[in-house]
Amino acid sequence: MGEAIVITSGKGGVGKTTTSANIGTVLALQGKKVCLVDTDIGLRNLDVVMGLENRIIYDLVDVADGRCKLNQALIKDKRFDCLTLLPAAQTRDKSAITPEQMKKIIDDLKREYDYIIIDCPAGIEQGYKNAVAGADKAIVVTTPEISSVRDADRIIGLLEQDENLSSPRLIINRIRNHMMKNGDMLEIDEIMNVLAIDLLGIVMDDEAVISATNKGEPIALNPSSKASIAYRNIGRRILGESVPLMALDDKPGFFQRVKKLLGMR
Amino acid sequence: MSNMQPLVTIRGRKDGLVLSLNDKCSYDSLILELKEKLLVDTRDHEGPLIPVRVEAGFRYLTKEQKDEITDIIRSKKKLYVDEFNSHVLSKEECENLLKQTQLTSKTTIVRSGQVLEIEGDLLLIGDVNPGARVIATGSIYVMGSLRGIAHAGKNGNHDAVIAASLMKPTQLRIGEVISRSPDNSNDSKNGQNTMECAFVDPTVKQIAIDRIQSLFKRNKQLARLT
Ligand SMILES: Nc1ncnc2c1ncn2[C@@H]1O[C@H](COP(=O)(O)OP(=O)(O)OP(=O)(O)O)[C@@H](O)[C@H]1O
Ligand SMILES: [Mg+2]
Repeated sequence: MGEAIVITSGKGGVGKTTTSANIGTVLALQGKKVCLVDTDIGLRNLDVVMGLENRIIYDLVDVADGRCKLNQALIKDKRFDCLTLLPAAQTRDKSAITPEQMKKIIDDLKREYDYIIIDCPAGIEQGYKNAVAGADKAIVVTTPEISSVRDADRIIGLLEQDENLSSPRLIINRIRNHMMKNGDMLEIDEIMNVLAIDLLGIVMDDEAVISATNKGEPIALNPSSKASIAYRNIGRRILGESVPLMALDDKPGFFQRVKKLLGMR
Repeated sequence: MSNMQPLVTIRGRKDGLVLSLNDKCSYDSLILELKEKLLVDTRDHEGPLIPVRVEAGFRYLTKEQKDEITDIIRSKKKLYVDEFNSHVLSKEECENLLKQTQLTSKTTIVRSGQVLEIEGDLLLIGDVNPGARVIATGSIYVMGSLRGIAHAGKNGNHDAVIAASLMKPTQLRIGEVISRSPDNSNDSKNGQNTMECAFVDPTVKQIAIDRIQSLFKRNKQLARLT
């Protein structure tokens, strides 16, 4: 029986889809059977980020409505046999599927796959409710901006009320270089103080992410980029390893501090 | 009737009148005598209205009855009812009073968009995040960071206080007195890690913040906690 993890954020554009694609990729790299599920009906783009758009025949709504079998809608990744994508419908809206239908689909996938990574749409309405319906765990993505942190807090409050979910973990995305250069960890510290949940990882703001996205190739496949290493470490932490946060800067003290944040012994 | 003890006695005090009502007779005869008394006891009076304290003894007066008595007193004389006093409470009033003095403790983080509201005093072990709100009819004590909105003394109790280990609220309210955080707060850098407490400064009717120790001097109600 696999594990379903929803990637959510509240605020839009903070990197949910990028995170989903890369976590899926790194888990596949580790040999796990992974299915990516795009629940952003009407604004799908996980397929684009994965470079699989041209293979879509059926989608999530077709499965929910019984127009096709679940297996017919799953698209095999170009690079990994153990990685598949269940795309969202592009021409419908969030109400085209119910949380009950969603839960049924996720439960079916859990029988076949080790990990089901669910890409959640922005917001806290129907689309969010669908995305969390079948999930066992949640990862909240935020950027170091106050509005993004505020929305993450709102989402964490909602996730904590859902008794089917274990307590959510946090990824801070798009940390800018200068924040590190100044040794200014205050921002991350302050985020952790407010949100007070486990930190799963931090990902640098990296030009390479955008160019990789445009090529339809998750950055995690390119081992030389900083973001890639961050995603690989996140993948290992999901698998239960305790990996210290990589030293993003040579400044001592920073490393220590993040270790503390990560709750490492 | 005339040689019986009066059902209504009126005494003068320097700050007004005290009207004592017999608590054994029927309500109707009480009202009858009250009307009579106020007619007979006519005095020419110049100047402001005189406050009256009504002592009802062991009689329970309903809201309607209180209203009736208030009306009679106001219509007959240059008098007005300042307060009702009695030795008895309804069960409901009693339960309410009890609730107001209760301390409820919660262990949680109140997050953005969430509201935690209780009757009486609140002891929160955890944080109040930006965009979150805690409300109490009594005082609020936060063993953690207060970054959102805290509203103490919701029903207008100005003696209520708000205390927090880390006092960085977006807004504080005590009764109907509201204060917000300064727009350019040069916070946190001062390294001041003392527990702080907000209260209504009675001289200016504004919310003031001080070290928690200042409470012992000014707030007797806090003694309840010990
Ligand atoms: N670490 C990063 N460094 C640089 N760019 C990034 C990073 N993470 C995400 N981006 C870019 O930010 C943009 C938004 O990312 P993404 O689509 O993953 O966000 P989202 O949360 O899924 O958005 P939506 O709410 O619209 O679904 C994309 O252009 C992506 O390439
Ligand atoms: Mg997205």
